[in-house]
Amino acid sequence: MHPFQYLAPTTVKEVVSTLSRYGDRARCLAGGTDVLVQLRGGRFEIDALVDVKGVPELMELRLGADGLHLGAAVPCYRVYESPRVAKAYPGIVDSASIIGGIQIQSRASIGGNLCNASPSADSICSLIVHDAVARIAGPRGNREVEVAGFCVGPGKNVLRKGEFLVSIFVPKPAARFGAAYKRFIPRNEMDIAVAGAGASVTLNAKGKIVAARIALAAVGPTPIVASRAAASLLDREPTPEAFARAGDIAALETHPIDDMRGTADYRVELSRVLTRRTLAVAAERAKGAK
Amino acid sequence: MTITEKPQQQYKVIGTRPIRHDGLEKVTGRAVYGADVKFPGLLWGAVLRSPHAHARIKKLDVSKAAKMPGVFAVMTGADLVDLESKLVDMGEEIDNLAYTTKKLMADDKVVYKGHPVAAVAAVDLNTAQEALKLIAVAYEPLPVVLTVEEAMAPGAPLVLDDLVGEHLTGEARNTNIAKHTRYEFGDTAKGFARAAVTVERTFKLTMVHQGYIEPQNATAQWNQDGKLTVWTSTQGAFNVRDAVASILKMPESNIRVIPLEIGGGFGGKIPIYLEPVAAVLARKAGRPVKLVMDRKSVFEATGPTPGGTIRVKVGADSAGNITAAEADLRYEAGAYPGSPVGAGAQCIFAPYRLPNSRIDAYDVVVNKPKTAAYRAPGATQAAFAMESVVDEVAERLGIDPLEFRLRNASREGDRRADGPIFPRIGNVQVLQAAKRSAQWNAPLGAPSAPHKKRGRGVANGFWFNGGMKSSCNLAVNKDGTVAMVEGSVDIGGTRASIAMQAAEVLGIPAEDVHPTVGDTDTVGQTDVTGGSRTTFATGYAAYLAATNVVKQMMGRAAKLWEIDESGIEFKDGTFFSKSDPELRLTFKQVAEKLDETGGPLSATGTVNMRGAGGAFSTQIADVEVDTETGKVDVLRWTVVQDVGKAIHPAYVEGQMQGGAAQGIGWALNEEYFWDDKGNMHNSSFLDYRMPTALDLPKIETVLVEVPNPNHPYGVRGVGEAPIVAPVAAIANALRDALGTRFTETPMKPSRVLAAIKGGTLDGAATAASSNGASRRGRR
Repeated sequence: MHPFQYLAPTTVKEVVSTLSRYGDRARCLAGGTDVLVQLRGGRFEIDALVDVKGVPELMELRLGADGLHLGAAVPCYRVYESPRVAKAYPGIVDSASIIGGIQIQSRASIGGNLCNASPSADSICSLIVHDAVARIAGPRGNREVEVAGFCVGPGKNVLRKGEFLVSIFVPKPAARFGAAYKRFIPRNEMDIAVAGAGASVTLNAKGKIVAARIALAAVGPTPIVASRAAASLLDREPTPEAFARAGDIAALETHPIDDMRGTADYRVELSRVLTRRTLAVAAERAKGAK
Repeated sequence: MTITEKPQQQYKVIGTRPIRHDGLEKVTGRAVYGADVKFPGLLWGAVLRSPHAHARIKKLDVSKAAKMPGVFAVMTGADLVDLESKLVDMGEEIDNLAYTTKKLMADDKVVYKGHPVAAVAAVDLNTAQEALKLIAVAYEPLPVVLTVEEAMAPGAPLVLDDLVGEHLTGEARNTNIAKHTRYEFGDTAKGFARAAVTVERTFKLTMVHQGYIEPQNATAQWNQDGKLTVWTSTQGAFNVRDAVASILKMPESNIRVIPLEIGGGFGGKIPIYLEPVAAVLARKAGRPVKLVMDRKSVFEATGPTPGGTIRVKVGADSAGNITAAEADLRYEAGAYPGSPVGAGAQCIFAPYRLPNSRIDAYDVVVNKPKTAAYRAPGATQAAFAMESVVDEVAERLGIDPLEFRLRNASREGDRRADGPIFPRIGNVQVLQAAKRSAQWNAPLGAPSAPHKKRGRGVANGFWFNGGMKSSCNLAVNKDGTVAMVEGSVDIGGTRASIAMQAAEVLGIPAEDVHPTVGDTDTVGQTDVTGGSRTTFATGYAAYLAATNVVKQMMGRAAKLWEIDESGIEFKDGTFFSKSDPELRLTFKQVAEKLDETGGPLSATGTVNMRGAGGAFSTQIADVEVDTETGKVDVLRWTVVQDVGKAIHPAYVEGQMQGGAAQGIGWALNEEYFWDDKGNMHNSSFLDYRMPTALDLPKIETVLVEVPNPNHPYGVRGVGEAPIVAPVAAIANALRDALGTRFTETPMKPSRVLAAIKGGTLDGAATAASSNGASRRGRR
């Protein structure tokens, strides 16, 4: 392994200047559950590893009147161990509690999962269906990007030189909102998604679907927003038939590949099934929500 | 549950469940493993491995690496002398040293991806790894041969240019078939002619790995007098010593091999990989050198168990008697000869009494890592094929699968298809116990959701078990405890099971025997911990040593009492005079008087055992299939096994559960995922999907004790038999659940879903539906 510096700045400004100086010869370190493994595996070579856990904004978990402010380095366990977050953001909690095992969840962050931009990431689909926004700091100031547009390819994101993810903002859900995430793995734990699906639905007072979001994992170069499948649900009752139809449409919106974890055809099939199953859970949660 | 064949004598220690002697060290993390070895001046080694599965090395230049600051030594295949063909018995497998040398480090050709090409020793691991990047290698890629079909095709590229195959017609050159063996008995054509039902199917298996947690490692240090010490994780220190001595061309007695605690082996830590490399680097560097493999290298370049193709044909008459059986087994040896196809051929028909049989076995070289032993090597593959076909024959005849197996079960005096006559075996008792088991008699229950289906399957499996050489030393302490040094590396709780046999003889508690695993300079020759032989053979050595201790102690008591030794008896840990009831001394009391009666007292037991007594393991699988995703969940599992006599029942149960767990992983998800260039894509524990605790139910065990007449306590090997049946049991359960007969491993979700959909979600069609045979109506 190429020798590198370990740096631990304590302000957003310092992180930006450090990253600007090193360019692509530096990487951020939050939980390290991806970056350290990739470094050891020789995926890339760096001169500096920038530990961002000393920056207060990145460790903040705050539930405000406007929504959830989730610091980019907050480990998963803090998300699912907060009863208030668990209640308001069920999809995100579904994801936070299945990323790795207990040890990994004590280190790994949702922000890191997003920046790693793996198509099979378990949290990104949930963030998308919760309409989350990435808050980015950089040499030219701050900017916001919808999580749905954050990933641009396998392992690639919109961050430019000197930029890094400070936090994720998730707006307060509407009344009668429910969300869920499910993945398919051949084992029951400690595995990586062959395919995954996140879904959210918002019901009106009469129980009809007035808003829906569907996002699919591991079936394309980035998490895929299945907008046609979601649109098919508008103004409909949350019935098994409607969800099955959405699943069929979602399957058509995928672009999977064959690899060791599954064939493309198998992943299309899984997308169909997971979309249907995830929508059913999201709708149940919406019915139970105030 | 334990079922004992007949009431037997009462034991004080045997059959109890004491805490293992090495338990505290292990749970507190104090136990020393190979990666823990540290010395002043220790260097780290790293190995450069081939990125190609088959290529000629056109150029190999290590000069830049040798000059890098911090590098102390560089070696290549040229540093290992070319050895003549010499077969060495590594315990569960025979290795040819000429090929072992080439496997350790390539000469002019690499024959599998991950094949070592060069190695360096440097001040730290990072420097060693950076130095590898400075080694220049020019490869000329050659066409790869990845399956037995490709390798056996006419005009196939040759994996080994100098291979001389042993074929039925004699020696053969220009071949990838290293060996073809045939076992014939009776007249199969006549037998099949008498059959009312004949089933013939071909099965395909993929390579799988043992998946031990601890990677291979070795540390070597030379003394000024030319003596070499090696610390390593191995199943057999003496086998390592002998192999290293041959490869380095030095006397065995100049090498001391110290086996450290072992983090799993399952047969995979019988071969050597790093020891001679560490030794050569250490000699060149003049400092001790340590090598530890990473996980990728463990998968790519240690010995997995083979994939291959097996065809089985079984015929039975209308009464349900098997009239003939044929098998054709073709196993991937990996890049050098020596797959366990011979063992597969000898085990495949072992559970059955066959009037007519024929078995063909082919050992085939391919551009994959050289295979090694893995728990009942070769037998699981064979049982997958045979037990699937047997199930289908029973189904077509409308006979209960256990009843059919019982009707045709091999018994004492029957001839095994490859020749040997069965001694006392527990096959029938095991099948009967399976029929009476709680699981077999419980309803399967309704599926947990409308899109799920349930099924139950059963399968039987056989493993020979081994005997071989073992040694054990006992020394009596003056406080009445006994120090024990034995030569078997402890993988499965054998310190306890060996110590318990000594304690039983000595009439003292198991805790009063203090076991130590010896190295090659401290205890007599002891073969590998493998072949399920350790509790049987090293236990026997301990028994003999303990018997000798009792005899000597009797002499000491005779001295104390000033009577003749013949007047003394020993029972329940007490020496007493046959004539004078006043004269009684416990083992401890005699020990306290050792100094007065002649001084130190020790004894040695050595054995070269035969008559291990084969074991049968019948297993019952209840599964539930998600018909929308193809995922299979194991709901319930029972292992019924003839264990001879369970010395420490908890560890016997653990072996049965562990074997079943590995077999379940093999059946459902484990596979080497290859591309067409011979690259393994899933060389990590993330993507090489072994079952986790959450993927398995509590595995139930039924211990059937049919004593082995060749052991004082009736011990049979227990570690390997339990991995034989599970793959077939899952296949048979899936047939029950879905009506589909799976003929390829792993039965992973995509393959199962493809079968359910009747399409090709998983590429080529991989499952064959039975042609309308009636479903058995058991539940």
